[in-house]
Amino acid sequence: MCSLCGMLGGRRHWTESASNPSAFAHQSDRPTIRRERQQRTRLVNLVLAHYGLTLADWPPAKYILGNAKGGTHLVDNLGELWPAADRLLNQACDPLDRSLLRALSASQGDGN
Amino acid sequence: MTDYATLIPVSVVTGFLGSGKTTLLKDLLASPRLRETAVLINEFGEIGLDHHLLQHVAESTLLLDNGCLCCAIRSDLTEALRDLLSRRERGEIPYFQRVVVETSGLADPVPIAYTILADPILQNHFRLGRIVTTVDAVNGMATLAGHPESIKQVAVADRLILTKTELCESETVEPLIAKLRRLNGSAPIVRAEAGGLDPEMLVGEDMLGAKTGSGEAAKWLAADDANILDLDTHDHRHAEGGIYSFCLTFDGPLDWAAFGIWMSMLLHRHGENVLRLKGLLNVAGAAAPVLINGVQHIVHPPAHLDAWPDGDRRSRIIFILRDLKREEIEASLAIFNRLAHAPPAASHREGALGMV
Repeated sequence: MCSLCGMLGGRRHWTESASNPSAFAHQSDRPTIRRERQQRTRLVNLVLAHYGLTLADWPPAKYILGNAKGGTHLVDNLGELWPAADRLLNQACDPLDRSLLRALSASQGDGN
Repeated sequence: MTDYATLIPVSVVTGFLGSGKTTLLKDLLASPRLRETAVLINEFGEIGLDHHLLQHVAESTLLLDNGCLCCAIRSDLTEALRDLLSRRERGEIPYFQRVVVETSGLADPVPIAYTILADPILQNHFRLGRIVTTVDAVNGMATLAGHPESIKQVAVADRLILTKTELCESETVEPLIAKLRRLNGSAPIVRAEAGGLDPEMLVGEDMLGAKTGSGEAAKWLAADDANILDLDTHDHRHAEGGIYSFCLTFDGPLDWAAFGIWMSMLLHRHGENVLRLKGLLNVAGAAAPVLINGVQHIVHPPAHLDAWPDGDRRSRIIFILRDLKREEIEASLAIFNRLAHAPPAASHREGALGMV
């Protein structure tokens, strides 16, 4: 539990390297939890932009997923993010979706 | 944080009806290597098992609200494992250092993995060990053709045990082996010789084990190397009910954050059709490889190896998929991995809540 805000710590998720220190013990530049959350938030937003959604980090343990209409969901981790995004969108986010991949490629300068 | 190598491994013996699960277990339990093993069985069959830590479970499965069949809780297993742990701690039963669960012939082994990883108590004491699947050499082809449950059992296996090979000719066995390799290219196939099976096959150190994870990784990579050549030159997707396996390799390092985003999104959307994935990842900034191991929607916490199992430093991920196209998976992962190098977008709200 966070001693400042009283919030219970989020549930451990396999994607969080800071929560699995033994798995990343050999990392030469191990990120802090905060830096990892920042990086994750930045990259997720590149994907969510295609759907008109945004993610904001709410330290220490939550993220706020929102849409342009003001709809929001609090999520603990990526495992909770995608179902919440589906609910806001009324459609399933799909990493194999060609329009998403085209948009991501374009943002990377591929232009195709 | 939990050190996964110190958790009690729960190995699973599964296989279709009459494929020899209980016979296999009986042979293995005779070995001193399995002395400190608690055994949970689904049913008392004709073959009596004699073991001092044997318990019956009733395979009651609770479906979750999302209706996903793999993300189901085996309530019987939750209760049985908690009870075993409690009684061990109180000294009411002999000490055990591992658990073996024998499923029924029609069971899906994946909810066992989900139960162990999702239960707040079990996840701190137990971890999934090997999944060992028995396949009857005499009836295996017909079983795989007629029963999707058996295909699933093969696809999620870490070891495939061919039983009753002495009852049939090699002309029967060889096509079955070829079929098993197409369904699961990374699981070594072992022929069960009466009384001659090495117990290490069931309870040996797995990838999450403390010392020999690199050995286990080398084994499935070696099995994969031997099998993937054949897979790459043929399209078996339709021949095997849409199920096939392949290995993706990536030359450059993978960004862990981008990989996690991609994989979590893939498994959320397509997890039911990602029957198994195992990967040895070259993660950017990490000197040693990171292991990932997943079954449908379920991913083990990643583990690291002390060293690469061979001179190959490329990331290698073995997928066993149903009805998903390899080229789409490969292209998608490559695009997501490049996100890590994308410039920050001004519209992102990362600092909107005073995070900085």
